[in-house]
Amino acid sequence: MSQSPRAQHDLGGVEPFASQPIDRAEHELTQFDKSVDAIMYLLSHPSRRLLRVDELRRAIESLTPAQYRDLAYYEKWLQGIHDLLLEKDVLHDEEVMLTCAAIREELMAKDKGGR
Amino acid sequence: MSRFSPGDAVRVRNDWPETSGRRVHIRTPHFVRGREGVVERVLGTYPNPESLAFGQPGLPPQTLYQVRFAQAALFPDGTGNARDTLTADLYEHWLEAHP
Repeated sequence: MSQSPRAQHDLGGVEPFASQPIDRAEHELTQFDKSVDAIMYLLSHPSRRLLRVDELRRAIESLTPAQYRDLAYYEKWLQGIHDLLLEKDVLHDEEVMLTCAAIREELMAKDKGGR
Repeated sequence: MSRFSPGDAVRVRNDWPETSGRRVHIRTPHFVRGREGVVERVLGTYPNPESLAFGQPGLPPQTLYQVRFAQAALFPDGTGNARDTLTADLYEHWLEAHP
């Protein structure tokens, strides 16, 4: 039974989490965390229903092992949302790249202007 | 309408859809599969999340149960009290009558 073919997210009772005290400290939410939460809220709102929380869970479970290990909680959400929007043809790769490039340019311009 | 009632002995299907090569979304934790427990409560009937997870309508809906297990049976190497229990929320299609 110790060699069960569990999926990467199915971590209950698995070392190093087995028999560990629970960290009950509240975690301060960053602006990034709140933004990602708001994005998911808007996309899954019944008036749009572009995503469901069940789909987000599935997308997060399907991240690559490196992503699953290295991304923080809301980073996993954002990667999952991104992957689902591509899968559902809501967004396209080129669109995402162009938007990112535009934002980068804007930030660089702002950076220069501030000096 | 639900197949099981509080107090019923059940066994969780010893099934591993993760190994099928298909994309799956499973709500039944690995450590209860193939294990025996007792129905604690009937929680209601909901669209099946294994289907919702792929943008499908979640039909047929599934009854959800809270099932109680002896923790020592699930985690023989655990350091908890011998009488500790664990409850998991499990959908009806994962449960079979036992014995």
